[in-house]
Amino acid sequence: MNLMKRLMHRCRRKSPWLFHLNTGSCNGCDIEFITCLSPRYDVEQLGIHLEGSPRHADIICITGPVTRNTLEAVKATYAQVCEPKAVVALGSCPASCNVFAGSPVIEGPLAKHIPVDVYVPGCPPHPDAIIEGIARAAQILANRGVAAREKEAQSK
Amino acid sequence: MSGLIHLLLFPGILFAIPAGWFYVWGEHKAAAVMQSRIGPPPLQPFYDFVKLTGKRTPPRHGIDADLLRLWPALSVLSMIGALALLPVFPRGGGFAGDVVLLVALLEMPSICFILAGFTTGSMFGEIGAIREAVLSVANNLVFLLSIVTIAVTGKTFRLSEFAGFSSNPGHWIGVFGILLCIPAKLRLNPFSAPSAEQEIYSGPLTEYAGAPLGLWKLAHGLEWVALTGFVSILTIPTAGPWWFHVAAFLVLSFAQVLLLSTISAATARYTLQSAIQFYWRWAAILAVLAAASAVYMRLRG
Repeated sequence: MNLMKRLMHRCRRKSPWLFHLNTGSCNGCDIEFITCLSPRYDVEQLGIHLEGSPRHADIICITGPVTRNTLEAVKATYAQVCEPKAVVALGSCPASCNVFAGSPVIEGPLAKHIPVDVYVPGCPPHPDAIIEGIARAAQILANRGVAAREKEAQSK
Repeated sequence: MSGLIHLLLFPGILFAIPAGWFYVWGEHKAAAVMQSRIGPPPLQPFYDFVKLTGKRTPPRHGIDADLLRLWPALSVLSMIGALALLPVFPRGGGFAGDVVLLVALLEMPSICFILAGFTTGSMFGEIGAIREAVLSVANNLVFLLSIVTIAVTGKTFRLSEFAGFSSNPGHWIGVFGILLCIPAKLRLNPFSAPSAEQEIYSGPLTEYAGAPLGLWKLAHGLEWVALTGFVSILTIPTAGPWWFHVAAFLVLSFAQVLLLSTISAATARYTLQSAIQFYWRWAAILAVLAAASAVYMRLRG
């Protein structure tokens, strides 16, 4: 890796901006996710920042089992996030639909519709686990960016 | 040659870009300290900028991509121009300009912000652009009257003579008036209505992504350097060696960053109506009285 690639890798890892999407969650995971931003956990130390627009974000944090009404929003939001990007599924619902499995209005699990990079299981997961999941996603994001660049350069 | 040093070295590009990132870090760190947090590392604004330049932004239908890139680039260039004009060294040469040109350059980011909001075509962008336009009209009344007060007191509009310490109370009222306008120009609390996060997402910047968004973040840092630098040059005595001017410029600028960021973290967002009332009802009375008394004193000789 040359210097510029190493710098970009480091900056991507140190600056993961998040977009939070609720796809029909009971709000348990959302409360735990928002707790990460509070002074007690202070994720800004890791460069993590919650953004209001998916176009600013690097990582989408998705809670909920993906209801029929939110499916198009999930796809549209995923498409709006610029590459390189990563997806973190927070809680058991996006992973397995949890207690909502089998319901006719549930379109989950999430991986049926968009690629998921990190699962943070739990009902709800602990904020420490969420922060670890985001840090792993930031590492994946940084590696993915470098790999994509190398692939691009090889194809040229 | 001296002008080129001002533009490229100090207080121009080489100083202003890292200083802008450092001031933005100071802004976030002050907020973190106020909230009993540790806050971001000092290099965070640099990491954010580099990361944003590496994002791939596909073209969007219905939005002129060139215009979208033009507004943040113009903001950055105008701020670098404004910084090159600042007479940090009273007898150090540099670009000869007057304060009207500096005020025009300082106003460019606000105009670009408004135009960016309308260019994106986003509902949130347009609301933010309208708010910025209204707030700009409100704070510029006080800003311009404060500058007129200082100019009338010092009997000049030339920047090299305009700058510097003065014992005249009119000068200090003018400096205070400018300081009151800086939070609105930087869109800090309590005047953050144009880019109100959680309310209209990021206002005109909602549709921005990648490198153009990085340029907006850079322009914000440069605005910090230029506006706090402008107040600093009005308060530093003209006598003294060059290193004293550099040190005083840095200390006073960063002290303003900490003061304004702390106020920003300690206050809630004003509604647009309250912000206008603040500038037109309270600050404007002060500014009109100061400008009128300065003109009266001048006429009396």
